[in-house]
Amino acid sequence: MAELQRKNVLGEREKSILTKQAGVCSGTGMKCDTDSVSGSVSQRACVYCGARVVLNPITDAYHIIHGPIGCSSYTWDIRGSLTSGEDIYRNSFCTDLRETDVIFGGALKLESAIEELMSKNHPKLIFVYSTCIVGVIGDDVDAICRHMSEKYSIPMVPVKSPGFSGNKSTGYRMACDAIMQVISPYKTDKRTGGINILGDYNLAGEMWIIKNYLAKIGIPVVASFTGDASYDEMIKAPSASLNVVQCAGSSTYLANRMEEEFGIPYIKVSFFGIEDTASSLLRIAEALGNEEAREKGIRFCDKETGKIQDFLNMYRSNLEGKKAAIYVGGGFKAISLIRQFAFLGMKTVVVGTQTGKKDDYEIIESLVDEDTIILDDANPAELEAFMKEKEADILVGGVKERPLAYKLGIAFCDHNHERKHALAGFEGVINFTREINESMNSPVWSYIKECGL
Amino acid sequence: MLELTPKEIMENRHITINPCKTCEPVGAMFCALGVENCMPHSHGSQGCCSYHRTVLSRHFKEPAMATSSSFTEGASVFGGRSNLTTAVKNIFDIYDPDIIAIHTTCLSETIGDDVGNYIMDLEVSDDKTVLYASTPSYEGSHIQGFSNMMIGIMKYMTQKAAVKSNRAAIFPGWVNPGDDRELKRIAGVMGVDYIYFPDHEGILETPMTGKYKYFPKGAGTSAADIKALGTAKKLIAMGHITSSEPAEFLDKQYKVPFSLIPMPIGVKLTDKYVMALREISHQEVPQTLEDERGRLVDLMLDSHTYTYNKTAAIYGDPDIVYSFTSLCIEMGMIPKYVITGTPKEEFTRQVSALLKEHGIDTGKCVIKADTDLFYLHQLIKNEPVDILIGSSYGKQIAKAENIPIIRMGFPVLDRYGNTIQPTVGYAGAIRYVEKITCALMDKVDAEAKDEDFDVVM
Repeated sequence: MAELQRKNVLGEREKSILTKQAGVCSGTGMKCDTDSVSGSVSQRACVYCGARVVLNPITDAYHIIHGPIGCSSYTWDIRGSLTSGEDIYRNSFCTDLRETDVIFGGALKLESAIEELMSKNHPKLIFVYSTCIVGVIGDDVDAICRHMSEKYSIPMVPVKSPGFSGNKSTGYRMACDAIMQVISPYKTDKRTGGINILGDYNLAGEMWIIKNYLAKIGIPVVASFTGDASYDEMIKAPSASLNVVQCAGSSTYLANRMEEEFGIPYIKVSFFGIEDTASSLLRIAEALGNEEAREKGIRFCDKETGKIQDFLNMYRSNLEGKKAAIYVGGGFKAISLIRQFAFLGMKTVVVGTQTGKKDDYEIIESLVDEDTIILDDANPAELEAFMKEKEADILVGGVKERPLAYKLGIAFCDHNHERKHALAGFEGVINFTREINESMNSPVWSYIKECGL
Repeated sequence: MLELTPKEIMENRHITINPCKTCEPVGAMFCALGVENCMPHSHGSQGCCSYHRTVLSRHFKEPAMATSSSFTEGASVFGGRSNLTTAVKNIFDIYDPDIIAIHTTCLSETIGDDVGNYIMDLEVSDDKTVLYASTPSYEGSHIQGFSNMMIGIMKYMTQKAAVKSNRAAIFPGWVNPGDDRELKRIAGVMGVDYIYFPDHEGILETPMTGKYKYFPKGAGTSAADIKALGTAKKLIAMGHITSSEPAEFLDKQYKVPFSLIPMPIGVKLTDKYVMALREISHQEVPQTLEDERGRLVDLMLDSHTYTYNKTAAIYGDPDIVYSFTSLCIEMGMIPKYVITGTPKEEFTRQVSALLKEHGIDTGKCVIKADTDLFYLHQLIKNEPVDILIGSSYGKQIAKAENIPIIRMGFPVLDRYGNTIQPTVGYAGAIRYVEKITCALMDKVDAEAKDEDFDVVM
């Protein structure tokens, strides 16, 4: 049966899929970070998508999409990044290019669009995303942004993100470059002893949870990228003493640039799961050389871990021995999830990412049991084949995977931007456990089992 | 929420804010999903395909499968021929559909990819079809993309035949699977033998079996039916803006006469559908249908005092907005703002004519095509309405202005169970009269003083 299903895997894709062997690491490495194969139902998005998801949560920025309407429609207020301040980012601005613009150029339309916004409101920051055809028709978006920026004395940052110019990771870099363009003028040698949080998008308010922990152990947060970020906060970022990188896929590049250009060192952290949350908090204190914070951190984490033990013990009996499949965007999140499942007594049987790097896959391989399937840029046919083969009980994934999992009679937990409950920190452990328990143990499954599953 | 929307309206804006439409390719993808054993293919960057699948998945709560040419920098410079050739081979190898329905994107159109020619050069076995439709995102809207794909499919698949068959053809336009079921049921009850195209019943609403099939068996318009469209003796095409071009195509190419009617929503417009069916079958309207109609009218009568003279803002895709405007008028409501993002001026003319026909002063209403929800919000800030009727994207306005919202059309991203039930037909109208009345009455309850709060309403 497994063989039959596996025939649905394209030959070209074989190097992007590996099975963990007993006791050894494959050594050959994973083929990843490559272009998708034409004609497969890839779950991946494009450069523009990558750029947009990183910048979108900046709450008081005007995000103008320069291109036809689609790219603006599809990204309008869908990411679930919460705000404690303004909500300009929840609007969708677009030059809505038409055929005549494509023939005669869209530069004038973009200029007029910016003028119209400036005449009615007082933007502090504007991002102009150029989508696929803008590069082809040759609009000089750089020049327009420069000119308008001078005219109105506010930063207007071009984000060159034609979909075809790479994959989603390329878009992350474009976004990071745009952020650097905004904050670079505020470069300083002054150090505040605080940190910047990179790669957290405040989904379901997770940034607030992390900030709250840091406040409790006495570590100030200077700026956050980009969850609940505002322009005024962003430009203070160069004065931070340390960057912590939560979503490595999207923000390691930004951390590297800030290290090179501002001299701010960085560490990678993860706030998913008890182990990772606790170790991240302590590592931040250590990196800052803040002994007091470290000690507070130890006490805080002990206390919080203690608080949720009963809860976890109660649920562990429900979850122990169940099999999980993971399909997420970045490698680091996959790693955290494998650990979290292990903590709950669950076994990860399939694990894939959209944009994981070689290093990530090496860590993943070292964490999982033998026979676990590891795959890069999986398509639904592969996910389906391997989830069935490995008899996964639950899939953790994003919006496109949810209906697929349900159709296969597999429970589901959204660990992407459709999550409605915070999954970070100790609260996140509770929510996550509850959510997977809810999805796996709903009475609806009894009817589905009747279908012969 | 939306606090920065200024009251003062700016005419002739160059910037679109909070769109009330999306781009052509998603319409083409949706249309192609309604064909049996057909894989929609997006010829462009990967993001397009991913976004379209996402929005369809979010609306239908179902997997939506489509493939992409996955353009790279190289493809955008040298053309997408090799991507397409590889894609077609891979799709047949791995997913094994009978048909690949390719649509273009703004990128492949702008760089001038001649997809028609690329296809001709492909080696495709006789039992398979590769077809295409041009759907540049910088023209029209998703509605146009839907029409273009209908025409594209017919261009490649429909065949000339010497004899007309006894079957009719039905073009439902852009509707949900629940509507497909209802429209077919009514046609069946009226004794019409038909070809129904496209057909999403059983595709974007597959029953739970624990198995997932890319191409559910027996669902979608079959290749044989599409081939035979040219033999249809008569066509009923629904939705003036969505279905007129496909209907004209079929008439021009294969001499299939058509009646173009509005989407059958509410009493009068469903009557039109039933009458159009009767013209084909020459069968009396059966009592079951009369009874459904009677129940709808009875419900409208029972609830009329709660809806009479209430003002509505109706927004979304042109055909469904037109038909909901008609339903609102039947309920005694005033369609104060009637807008669509789709750039079709016929919409304005048609809706104005509808209002005039019912003696409604169009001077007191705003009817506008090619506009956005920012404009609608500004109108509402100047003069509010009692209810919003349209896609999920109106919920921001609903919250900002404390106006109840009824979700209809595309996309509905934040509610379940919508797409498997009908909006059309007497049954669909019963569903929506209930929804609208309940929403208005819920507000009465929520805002009632204790002394006015009543159990019996």
